[in-house]
Amino acid sequence: MARKAGLFDLRLVIALLFGVYGIVLTVVGLGFTSSDDLAKADGLNINLWSGVGMVVLAVLFAVWNFARPVVVPDGDS
Amino acid sequence: MPVLAEADLRLDAGPLDYALLAVYFVFVLGIGFLARRSVSSSLDFLLSGRSLPAWVTGLAFISANLGAIELLGMAANGAQYGMATVHYYWIGAIPAMVFLGLVMMPFYYGSKVRSVPEFLRRRFGTGAHLVNAISFAVAQVLIAGVNLYALAFLLNLMLGWPIPLSVVIAAVIVLAYTTLGGLSAAIYNEVLQFFVIIAALTPLTVVGLHKVGGWQGLVDKVTAGPGGAEQLSAWPATELTGIANPVLSVIGIVLGLGFVLSFGYWTTNFAEVQRALSAKSMSAAKRTPIIGAFPKAFIPFVIIIPGIIAAIVVPELAALKAGDGSSGIVYNNALPALIGELLPNGMLGVAITGLLASFMAGVAANVSSFNTVFTYDLWQSYVRKDRPDGYYLKVGRYATVGGIVIAVGTAFLAAGYGNIMDYIQALFSFFNAPLFATFILGMFWKRMSAAAGWSGLVAGTLAAVAVFVLAETGVLDLPGQGASFIGAGAAFVVDIVVSVAVTSVTRPVPASQLTGLVYGLTPKADRAHESTGENAGWYRSPALLGGLVIALTVVLNIVFG
Repeated sequence: MARKAGLFDLRLVIALLFGVYGIVLTVVGLGFTSSDDLAKADGLNINLWSGVGMVVLAVLFAVWNFARPVVVPDGDS
Repeated sequence: MPVLAEADLRLDAGPLDYALLAVYFVFVLGIGFLARRSVSSSLDFLLSGRSLPAWVTGLAFISANLGAIELLGMAANGAQYGMATVHYYWIGAIPAMVFLGLVMMPFYYGSKVRSVPEFLRRRFGTGAHLVNAISFAVAQVLIAGVNLYALAFLLNLMLGWPIPLSVVIAAVIVLAYTTLGGLSAAIYNEVLQFFVIIAALTPLTVVGLHKVGGWQGLVDKVTAGPGGAEQLSAWPATELTGIANPVLSVIGIVLGLGFVLSFGYWTTNFAEVQRALSAKSMSAAKRTPIIGAFPKAFIPFVIIIPGIIAAIVVPELAALKAGDGSSGIVYNNALPALIGELLPNGMLGVAITGLLASFMAGVAANVSSFNTVFTYDLWQSYVRKDRPDGYYLKVGRYATVGGIVIAVGTAFLAAGYGNIMDYIQALFSFFNAPLFATFILGMFWKRMSAAAGWSGLVAGTLAAVAVFVLAETGVLDLPGQGASFIGAGAAFVVDIVVSVAVTSVTRPVPASQLTGLVYGLTPKADRAHESTGENAGWYRSPALLGGLVIALTVVLNIVFG
């Protein structure tokens, strides 16, 4: 019987890393951005925007991972 | 290579930035542990069991090249020369990558060789094989050391970490995941690294463009700057080549960079080709460099553009460009300086992580190709033949440890004598220069003899050395990149002339030994790829994808030319 590749699919690893990064940066961007931080990045809340971008990337990889799981053939093929 | 001068580049990284960096290391090591489960033979360890999908090998293909020297060096070129730097990508990489996928991969992957030197052994026998295997193995560990040192130097500048500490920490991390998970761990981390670098550089580019007033602001400021408007167009790149005549400059770029240098590097460097050999099918192997070519076409926008912006936004760099270098900053500082100038805590951490990831993946690519060549091409071919596979798996792991130990030694040597790095890099460009000539002759000319294989390589290497010595001693006066273009060109021509001459007086290799290795002796079916199942669909056709990326590159050249 063929089985799914399970936890260790690179797409899931990428989704996890950018999920963590994205959420942290979004929270920092929303709640912990000083006027100094804003001034440094020329008025852009770059943490917030990057955070949102990374969450989107994470969701895309997660969707791809669950929509097209890798099937591992049994035995040595 | 004076990587970075002693300018003050200290970043005010906070706990948040270190936390983001730590998270990345957890993932990197986690991949090593997880990949270990899939390692049960030497082929699993050294070639990922030929099981990886094309998008993974394709991204790893360009990521393996996206190391320290590349990232800092190309941003530096952007700051100094402007848009002409895109030639290193659009002319100097993409055509060769497509050529590798469509023309050479059928022989590399189809012949089931496990390394580039192994192809030479089957095509030409021991002579050419030994020349290539030894020079490649030595080159990779020494370059790994150069990469380690560059990484430690940057960490010292940006975060104040002592250089020996950074060298050892980075070496231990790379050692951990490459000995555990082998090539799979190295490749998976390269793909992860690719996304982290893009995630770090894209916001940097956005903030930078915002700062200079958008694209139009960038155009205005560069035009008004010391470089002038010509730094906004890629052609004819007279400043980059050091050739004053625009027509000759274009010819120099196309032939020197586009043909001789880039084809030699991308099509015969095993650290690159290994990524394609680990693909799971002929179709995926052909697509590997071609899939890599698509992001390669766009990477200049997040490396070179920030470099150009840095020369405007960072006051010390702007002063340097205007002719005042008293701050001690050098162009190689462009990227870290811009990061320090524009990114607040948070994104700063991601950017530091991206830089570090790039350095470590470069080291891992050197080491993971070294251990394969050492195990299969040196140990198994000449020292201990015919042992059970488990023995070679062990040798592969020991070779990884040994390679990293030598690399650490090289890093400390480089720390003591800075210009050793220059000579190491020059040395290895000598070995690389003639390889493409030998491969292309060997693959398409069945008459070429075994003696021609090794003598062509040796003569070509000597020709490159001769040009280097003449340029160093001032006998040949070549500014800029001119010497390396001419050196590679001389190596190519001498290799071909010597190979043809030697072939005409020696016996050809019997045709029966060349099936799968040479065009004309390889049945068409052996060179073709499956186009059913998971290789079905027009969007998985290597030829179509290759055509698309070439068309894309032409359009980019017209728009930014």
